[in-house]
Amino acid sequence: MSQDHSPQRASSLSMIITLGVVAMLSGLLVVLTWQLTLAPIQENQRIMIEKAIFQVIPEATQRRTYQIKNNSLTPYDSHKSNAGKNRKNNSALLFYAAYDDRGQLKGIAAEAAAQGYADMVRLLYGYDPQCQCIRGFSVIKMTETPGLGDKILTDQAFLANFSALDARLDKAHNTLAHRIVTVKHGSKKQAWEIDAISGATITSKAVGKAINQGAEQLLPRLYPYLSQLQTLNASATKPSHNKKGTVINHAD
Amino acid sequence: MPVDSVSFIFLNAFLINNFVLAMFLGLCPFLGVSGKLNTAWSMGLATSLVMLISSLSAYFINELLVYFQIEFLRLICYIAVIASAVQLVEMSMKKFSPSLFKALGIFLPLITTNCAILGLALFQTNKNYDLAQSLAYSTGAGAGFILAIMLMAGLREKLELANVPNTSQGAAISLMLAGILSLIFMGFAGLGG
Amino acid sequence: MPIKEDNKITADTFLDGIWKENPVFVMLLGMCPVLAVTNSVSNALAMGLATTFVLLCSSSLISLLRHLIPKEVRIATYIVIIATFVTITDYVIQAVSLELYNALGAFIQLIVVNCMILGRAEAYACKHHLLKTIVNSLGMGLGFTFALLCLGSVRELLGNGSLLGYAIFGDSFQPWVVMVLPPGGFIVLGTWLLLFNWLKERKINNEKNSSNTFANDKGVA
Repeated sequence: MSQDHSPQRASSLSMIITLGVVAMLSGLLVVLTWQLTLAPIQENQRIMIEKAIFQVIPEATQRRTYQIKNNSLTPYDSHKSNAGKNRKNNSALLFYAAYDDRGQLKGIAAEAAAQGYADMVRLLYGYDPQCQCIRGFSVIKMTETPGLGDKILTDQAFLANFSALDARLDKAHNTLAHRIVTVKHGSKKQAWEIDAISGATITSKAVGKAINQGAEQLLPRLYPYLSQLQTLNASATKPSHNKKGTVINHAD
Repeated sequence: MPVDSVSFIFLNAFLINNFVLAMFLGLCPFLGVSGKLNTAWSMGLATSLVMLISSLSAYFINELLVYFQIEFLRLICYIAVIASAVQLVEMSMKKFSPSLFKALGIFLPLITTNCAILGLALFQTNKNYDLAQSLAYSTGAGAGFILAIMLMAGLREKLELANVPNTSQGAAISLMLAGILSLIFMGFAGLGG
Repeated sequence: MPIKEDNKITADTFLDGIWKENPVFVMLLGMCPVLAVTNSVSNALAMGLATTFVLLCSSSLISLLRHLIPKEVRIATYIVIIATFVTITDYVIQAVSLELYNALGAFIQLIVVNCMILGRAEAYACKHHLLKTIVNSLGMGLGFTFALLCLGSVRELLGNGSLLGYAIFGDSFQPWVVMVLPPGGFIVLGTWLLLFNWLKERKINNEKNSSNTFANDKGVA
């Protein structure tokens, strides 16, 4: 039995060989899994973001992804840009343009985030260019207190804030005419104010702050391109890839 | 305070999202080595040091992984880096400060399996922190760990003198204590709002 | 030092992990995920199964390779093997359900530093043959899952008034929110330990009492 076991002190060579073989084996396994799961993961991510977009812009049935970078509007290719996903890319603003069946622009959706009670609240808000207002939001990720902070998803009075939240630009189109702010429960007077949920004020404030920050950044820069985005066919730069994949019937 | 400012990140890791009491990371040493104040202090210090080193290395390794587009090897690389960082701290401590090395003794190698350290490396990657932010995050987390383990050790030293029923001695009463500490730390939540 | 291998598989090989050597309640191993992801039953179940999978795979591989790994580099080898299976689990969970992945957060990846897995590799897998290791780690994994479920169900029931997402108490129930928050984790686990300690103590006392009466009877006789 004893010759089965490694000798008392293994040579450095055998150590290196063992480690090398194990590392190779593990590398092989990991790469294999990564290859196999890549497609379903991307599909899952796409479904999740589309679900969120169609939730904040209910009339929409299809979407395109664009980015505004260096003062020009370009379609955003998620496949090509995957490599830089973890890089900070402050200059590019990413947003989703949502269209209905006939290719009419129904709204713009974009991501925003702000510090909530426990951690960052990441959400997607829907902007309606016609009424120049925020039409809804959907939470992408948050770790707020269950039963308190997550009321922002279920509280009807709170959600009513987002039937038409004023997000008009000022005359010069440089910034929002009015900052979107969250006010104390029951003291909402203006169309650009969000009535907080009592007992979840900090989370409500985070929603307001995120939308305000996001809108303040995106909307003025988006403004020059709105006419260009108005209909699907007119948009000069149409992404050619995965067209089939993005046209999804909302009826599901 | 802007959320990605260095001072907020420090405060966030230190108090609001304290690694031990709010995120449940590094519980093994928190419960295991918090019997006495001075060992708790040494453990906290060593852990913070490893946190700092591994956070820095993790930052550069991640840059490398992203550059070569092999992010799927991240976990394996991080754990290897942490294990070597622990070794490095151990060896340099042995050389430069034998007394501290002796005081820490067996706790040093145990730091490898402290989830706070791997957690720190993973979180800073997930949050896309740059170098300064990562530094603030790791020092904040280290300080938070020291704070939590020292508080616990102080309480447990007093507990020695208290008359605790037999049934609840040991881990049970320590967990209850940790629960109360964690309740207190909940008060810090919302500090950044 | 030759390692003696006991090849017999008994019921205890499996059951030890579930009750007598339960990794959470008895050995207090792998506490971080135990507390962090047990705020609902479904999270607890997913975490438990993921950990069981990693434990099973890594233990069996280590058991297979146990004669080939030099002693000096065994920990490094174990960690690499564990990290591999954790990465695989991580990707598989992402592919199956992103929602679940988001709920569990970084704790899937933190399975790597779960002391239980490395502990089993070091204490069991490298000393026993494949079949026995599989049976034992299955027991340990299920014991871990069982413990997670114990915590998860209590916390979800009290903190959210539901089990597996289905409301149990109806609308009039005011949820005990603190239970799903971090302090609740510590307190519920502390209470479970208290319960087990109490049961153990009672059992010992009962045995003592019965043996005492037995001795007395004898004395009288």
